[in-house]
Parts: sequence; structure tokens; C-alpha cells
Amino acid sequence: MATMAQAIRMALAYGEQHLGVTDIFGEDVGPPLGGVFTCTQGLQTAWNSPLDERGIVGAAIGLAIAGQRPVAEIQFCDYIFNTIDLLKLATNSTWSSGGEFNFPMVIKTTTGSGVHGSIYHSHSFDAIATHIPGWKIVYPSNAVDAYGLMIAALKDSNPVLYLEPKAMLRNKCAERIPGEPEDERALRDMIDAPLGDRKNWKPKWPEGLTDFTVPIGKAKLCRTGADATVVSYGRTLPLCLDAADALVKEGIHYDVLDLRTLMPYDWDAIAQSIKKTGRVLFVNEDTEITNFGEHLLRRTVDEFFYELRVRPRVLAGKHVPGVGMAPTLEDASVPQLPDVLREMRELATEPE
Amino acid sequence: MDERKNRTTQNGMPDWTPQLQLRIHDLMVTTRTVEEQAIRMVRSGDGWFWIGAPGEEALSAPLGLQVRKGQGLDNDYLHLHYRSSPIVLAMGAQPIDILRQMGAKATDPFSRGRNFVNHFAIRKWNVAPMAPTIETQFSIAIGTGIAQRRHGGTGITIVNGGDGGTHEGDFATCLVWSTRPGNELPILMVTANNKYAISTGSCTQHGTPIVERAKAFGIPSRSIDGNDVYSSWKAIAEGMEYVRSERKPFFIEASVSRLNGHSSSSGANRVEEEDCILRFEEKLLHQELATRKELDRVWEKRREEMAQAYEIVKSEPFPPGEDIYRYIFAEPKDQYYDPGSKSQPGDSNNKGGR
Ligand SMILES: Cc1ncc(C[n+]2csc(CCOP(=O)(O)OP(=O)(O)O)c2C)c(N)n1
Repeated sequence: MATMAQAIRMALAYGEQHLGVTDIFGEDVGPPLGGVFTCTQGLQTAWNSPLDERGIVGAAIGLAIAGQRPVAEIQFCDYIFNTIDLLKLATNSTWSSGGEFNFPMVIKTTTGSGVHGSIYHSHSFDAIATHIPGWKIVYPSNAVDAYGLMIAALKDSNPVLYLEPKAMLRNKCAERIPGEPEDERALRDMIDAPLGDRKNWKPKWPEGLTDFTVPIGKAKLCRTGADATVVSYGRTLPLCLDAADALVKEGIHYDVLDLRTLMPYDWDAIAQSIKKTGRVLFVNEDTEITNFGEHLLRRTVDEFFYELRVRPRVLAGKHVPGVGMAPTLEDASVPQLPDVLREMRELATEPE
Repeated sequence: MDERKNRTTQNGMPDWTPQLQLRIHDLMVTTRTVEEQAIRMVRSGDGWFWIGAPGEEALSAPLGLQVRKGQGLDNDYLHLHYRSSPIVLAMGAQPIDILRQMGAKATDPFSRGRNFVNHFAIRKWNVAPMAPTIETQFSIAIGTGIAQRRHGGTGITIVNGGDGGTHEGDFATCLVWSTRPGNELPILMVTANNKYAISTGSCTQHGTPIVERAKAFGIPSRSIDGNDVYSSWKAIAEGMEYVRSERKPFFIEASVSRLNGHSSSSGANRVEEEDCILRFEEKLLHQELATRKELDRVWEKRREEMAQAYEIVKSEPFPPGEDIYRYIFAEPKDQYYDPGSKSQPGDSNNKGGR
């Protein structure tokens, strides 16, 4: 029943104790705050950096060169854009050095809409991130996966971009992380920093935490159905689940795939489902032009053109400069449940 | 001759022996001749783009000789720029390897034919992978600095760049991060000021000497004549000593020449600026550490060596096209992308994608 923020925090604590994590840093990441979303409260190696995103990414690369295992945070992905050339260096330096150097490092950053964040706390980064070869990119949609993907990221020898759907960080998971206490109140008392003075507070990490790993590159089939396929990740994944559950009442059964890893993505899982249903929709909330879903759609057309029953589709954010403050503007900009439901219904019912 | 070589000179440094001076001279000539050979490769179509060191030898050969060379935190980390070849040559890199990178050959040990010439990556000597992105090395250097601060000991981080590069935010990043109170970083910053960024005069873009920016952060700094071997050696020795023992940053702004213009894009032709090697040779002759003939012999020998190296490099192959899928990820080498497989590079089931 942990929240996604608690899951990330516990995985990082496990990483400090067992996986050699040396530095967890970024703006407001260390004490007293422990991250603007509380993901780094109470961690031993967490520290506050200057308000300098380029410095944060540069420091992570340098730490990796020096044999450390850093986890660096960009507070909101809206502010990661001025680091893109450094993100490129983090991976192309392995390539350009002919494999001489590799960079075991994690950059975590909060993404997406859903918190009334207006123009600069609602950006997505998956479309641009997937344009940078060499990064492994993970994007959990629930707390259990958030834990397991972080463990996988901390074990990887390559840069891993860990995208956190900010609207879901406080969501509780129906399932339990291995080693998580049964009582969620108890968990809160153990690992949530108290309000007010925290100087003398220390977390008590659950003793039973394990290195439960969600392998990078493996999607999860969350619902099974023979009529159509929907592939999503992050904030829009639960929308797809809700829509799929609603459509069951209409006699429509969906395969719902949570991609979980954007790079390298689980094409086998997607392909298998498309071969079964012949109908596929890719859903995400980044802007729709040169969107990652477009790549998946292109590949779908390339490989399954003659097997598709109806045209494949992408539902993504509108190609507008930002997500506006008014709820009406936000709803019109990024996919909401009614949009997903409509698209999924149309896809499944369009005559061949 | 023997007596002459054992005599120390009057520069106030005990290790400043004739042998050392002649060694520096040889390194400067080695650098210059390998760069000249590289420029010839552009002209003969054996390479495409050249950018390099002529003009920075008096600064960088003394720097390279004073590096604590090796792998890991107890040794120095180097974050260099594309005019740093005297540093790696002084550390022991082979001139032929620079020509291999110039020719983009499969044998290029720094980048396997992928990067521009003079873009080094030498893990066993802590030489961080270099990129043409100006000044990013100043943002990356803070990371090795943080690791070395935590580790203790006397290993330091050295970062080297140009004057135009200091206009990038990365320079300010290095100044800020290396002077956080209680978390100062052991970083030696060396800016080679050749007065230009391609065609733009630096004096048209900033109003105060670069060194003043470091001073504003409380960083001990020196402004030196980087065309003078003695001033360079001394400032670097002093800077290194300070950083090694105090575990705090030190800044050097060295004025240097840019002897072949910016790069091959502007022709790489020799321009009328002070030549630090000729200046150093005058000093050597004046001290009677060598005769003109002996110095000329050094040039001849190195030129011959570069010509021979070029002949070898010329016959070496380019990397095969399917090499592009190698080293995208750090993986055991036998697990790389199999160009014969049907899957695409982005797939999780493809070997290059995991
Ligand atoms: C970030 C970035 N911007 C622009 C360029 C193109 N560029 C290459 S060299 C150069 C000038 C660099 O000047 P300076 O730092 O003074 O070094 P110098 O070449 O004079 O040694 C420029 C603008 C680049 N390589 N990287």
C-alpha cells in the first residue's frame, strides 16, 4: 500500500545499503526537505545541490567517471531541457570512446500533467528522451513497478532516465512491495519525515526490503482481451485500465500493455498482442508531433500492415506550447479518461 | 655536454634541470610535428577536419609532465579540450594514435574512428572522454572533483578550456560548485586565452579579465604568459600543490598564441603570432643547453617519425559500417548488437538494446 514516492524512497534506501549508491542529489533533495515530492527523505547519501541543472547532470557524469554510483534529480522535467547536450554526452561518450568508459548513473525527474501545474510543471519528456540513443528510459505507473524499476536502474551499467509521473507519486498501490510492512500507517511512521522540525528524525527502513527487480525492457500485460490492444505508460496507463474495465460491460475486451520501459522497449510484447488483435492504440501525453507513440505506430505499420484489421492510432497531447492553467485548458491539452474511452471504443468497434 | 646537462638553472626550482628542459622541448616539437602532419592529412584528403594545439605547447607540455598519471581517485582526472594534445603526449600517448584518430581509422584507440582528432578518452590515465561541445568539461569536472574530495588523498581534477568557452554557463557552474562552503572541490582550472573564439574577439564579449571571475569566487588565481614555459611550469606547479594539499580550486588564465588559426575550416594556415617553441629555443640556446644543430635534429627526427607514422596509418582500414551499433551500451563485448539480426536497435530483445 505504499505510495509511489515511498516506493522510490525505499528503493533508494535499499540502493544505498546494498547496491553501492554513493550520491542522491539535486535541488532540495537532501535534508531538510527530502525532495519536493518527498522521494528522497531520510536517505543517507542525499544532498542539496546548487540550483543548476547543467551542474547536476554534469556532476552525475563526472561522478560516474570516477567510479561512483550517482542518482541525480531534476526537480521537474520542465527544467531538464537546458541539459540535453549533457544528457547526450552521458551516453554518446560510451559510444565515442569505443566502450572505454561507461556511465552507471540514474537521472530521475518528475514528468507530466495532472497536478494543475500549468505551463512549467506539466511537461512530458518521453518524446525528446527517446531521441537520445544510449539512454535506458523507464516510466513506472504504480508503486510496485516504481520500486522494481528503480532497483533495476541502480544495478545497470548505463545511464538510466527514471521518469516519475508526478500526478501519481502520492497514489497508493493495491499490491505490496516485497518486504513492505502490512500496515500502511506503520510504514508512514517509519519512513515519512515528520512535519516541522526534522533535525533529529531518522527513518526506520523496513527490514524485509529485497532487491525485487522489474527488468528494464519488459512490458506488463495488465489486462487480457482479444478485441484490441492499447499500449501506454505513466499517468495515462491507469486511464487505459479504467477505460478497458468500462468497456468490458460493453462486451469489448482489451489487451492493456504497460510498457514500463521506453528504451529499450518490449517490442515482442507489443507485436504478440497486435498479432492477436489486429487493432492497436498507443496512448501517452507528450505532444503528438514526433511523439514516441508515432515511432511505435510506424513500426506497427512496417511490420504488420497486412495483418491489421483497422488503422492503428496514437492518442497523445495536443501540439501546443504548454498545458494551460485553467482545468478546461489542461483537459483539452492532454488525454483524459473520456478521450481514452472514446478512442478505445472507436478502435475496437470500427468495422474491418 | 654532460657537465652542461647536469647543471641546474636559475629558476628557483630544484627539479628544473637541463634534462627536464630538453624533455619539454622535445615534447613541444613532438606535438607541433604531429599536428603539422595531421594538417597535411587534411590537405591530402587523408582526413577531414583538423583542430589542435599549435600555440599551446608551452602551457600544456609542462602541465602534462606534472600530472599524476593513473587510474582511479588517487590519481588526477583530466577534462580536456581539443588543443590539449601536449598534455596527453607528455603523459605518454603515442603520436601515431593521434594520426589514427585524424584519419578516422579503426585503429584509433581514443574513439575507433568516431570522433574528431585530438578528442581523447583514456581510461587507464583518467582522461575523461572529450566532446566538441565547448566547456561541457567544466560541468563534468565537478563530478570527479566531488568524488576526490570525498576520497581524500592528493589526487586532483584538472580541467582545461579556451577563453570563449568561459562565456558558457558551464564555466560558472564550475566556479559555483567548486566553492560551496565546506564542500570546496580539488579542481585546477586552466583557461588558455588565445583571444579568439573562431573569429570573435573575446575582448568584444567580456569586459573584465577572465581571472577576475575566478577571484570573485575567492579562488586563488594566476594570470600568466602561457607562451613562456617557465611561467607555465611555475604556475601549474603552484596550482597543483595548492589543490593537492588544500583540496580547494585554483584558477590559471594563460595567454597563448593560436598559430594555425581556429581549425582546418579556416585553412589551418600559419599566422603571425609569437611561437612559444622558438621562444623556448632561444632560452635553451642562451643557457647553452643545446646547440642550434641539436635542436634542429630534434625537429628532423620528429618529422621523420611522423612521416613514417603517417605511412602506417594510411594503409589502415576504416571501421566497418556495422560498427555503429557497438558500444551504444556498456555490455560484455560479445553481447553487442548483431547486425545480421532482424530486430531494431531500440528493441529490448535485441542484444544492443539491453
Ligand atoms: C557548445 C558549443 N558551441 C559552439 C561550438 C562551435 N565552436 C567550436 S570551437 C568554438 C570556439 C571556441 O573558442 P574558445 O573557447 O576560445 O577556444 P579556442 O578554439 O579559441 O581554443 C566554437 C564557437 C561548439 N563546438 N560547442
